[in-house]
Amino acid sequence: MRYRIPTTLAIVAGLGFAAAHATPVAFTLPGETAAFRPGANLDVVQNNCTACHSADYIKTQPRGEKFKKDFWAAEVTKMIKVYGAPIEEADVGKIVDYLSANY
Amino acid sequence: MLDRRELLKRAGMAALATGLASHRALALDTVTLPFDNGERPLVRYPQKRPMIGLTERPPQLETPFSIFNDGPITPNNAFFVRYHLADVPYNIDPDKFTLEIKGKVDRPLKLSLKEIKKLKAVELVAVNQCSGNSRGFSNPRVAGGQLANGAMGNARWRGVPLKAVLDMAGVQAGAKQVTFNGMDGPVSDKTPDFVKALELDHARDGEVMLAYGMNGEDLPVLNGFPLRLVVPGYYGTYWVKHLNEITVIDNVFDGFWMKSAYRIPDTPNNSVEPGTAPKATIPINRFTVRSFITNVIDGAKVKAGRTALRGIAFDGGKGIKEVAVSTDGGKTWMPAKLGRDLGKYSFREWKLPVKLDAGAHELKVRATSNGGEVQPMTPFWNPAGYLRNVVETVRVTAA
Repeated sequence: MRYRIPTTLAIVAGLGFAAAHATPVAFTLPGETAAFRPGANLDVVQNNCTACHSADYIKTQPRGEKFKKDFWAAEVTKMIKVYGAPIEEADVGKIVDYLSANY
Repeated sequence: MLDRRELLKRAGMAALATGLASHRALALDTVTLPFDNGERPLVRYPQKRPMIGLTERPPQLETPFSIFNDGPITPNNAFFVRYHLADVPYNIDPDKFTLEIKGKVDRPLKLSLKEIKKLKAVELVAVNQCSGNSRGFSNPRVAGGQLANGAMGNARWRGVPLKAVLDMAGVQAGAKQVTFNGMDGPVSDKTPDFVKALELDHARDGEVMLAYGMNGEDLPVLNGFPLRLVVPGYYGTYWVKHLNEITVIDNVFDGFWMKSAYRIPDTPNNSVEPGTAPKATIPINRFTVRSFITNVIDGAKVKAGRTALRGIAFDGGKGIKEVAVSTDGGKTWMPAKLGRDLGKYSFREWKLPVKLDAGAHELKVRATSNGGEVQPMTPFWNPAGYLRNVVETVRVTAA
């Protein structure tokens, strides 16, 4: 399954970039395929995280006992405090629980 | 900034993709980077050969390491890609593009790409390396993009010195720093836009460049078309892509990407005891000295007898003085022959014929810069996983 990034962006790909000065340069990115793992509160994670980044930002992080609740709580806090993610207070615990349980 | 409808559309599409991990329309294959959780898809993007996919949105692509064995220049279609924020300008009309120079200048400017290309051009071969290159090897592991050694590349950049454009605008007395902003931006207006700053003297050193050319071609879109900053010897975070706004300021820029992100400990070797936090930090700056063996991979079986080893070395801008190779785990070292000098900011090739008796060998390579900086035998550590430059080890078995 692929989706197309907005049709306004979908034009030429890989054509004559060396001589592109007269031509607007635009292309379609490959479709997004990274997926979250199934688990409790998946819907909350999708609603809060995917506006700004794909799921692979999460699944490529280090694994193991040191990278559970505290690690993910720090990441979610960073998303809110630093990047301004509009995450409701009630969702924070659910997101941390999902990430700790599934990654 | 994406409007709300666009944002929801992208988010919705991402949600649609959930549960389809096995259905990778564009993943050609997978590779496993040599650290835990290192499985990555090989992906194809416009203007790129198959690359190691770290993240899809915003896109981050790592160069397959074997490419560094092909020569000292990294091809445009293999050059790594790193974005921070998902509103990437995929739709760029170079005829309408303008670069604005403003702030503490006598004559604010708006230059078209044509006007920039009419200025006297300069060329420079320089390595660009992501601050997080090799972060996946950090021990203990740290959060962030989990990269192996492929978030670096070496290209011949063509453009105009930033100094020339600043002089045209006339920097005013009292100016202190220069900030750089590109066309890419955040999805949410609550997220800090990606803006970087250099000290005025650095910005006017004649080497910092506004580059429109890369290895004889236009910049690939994902590498900053049509114009990017080139800051020789400095980590890629300063090499702002799609650069369209330069502001001269009379204070120290306090934006998030300078004040809070991309910081290193203000300590010797910019390192701290693994797992601890530094008391004070400074902005990341020049590359540490590094070297790699490129023609033999870890775990390889090689023929016993004579083998020619080869690889690359680079540093933060003094140039490479010496590359030494060990085939006995670091007990003894032999000087390698350095390849052609493409400039002090470039990859420097090296080669050395060695004799490997049957059995297991630990090959090591260690570079020394003209500034006397030597790669350490054990890694330094910092909380963001930056600056990795430990002597690399390649284990081989000769038979």
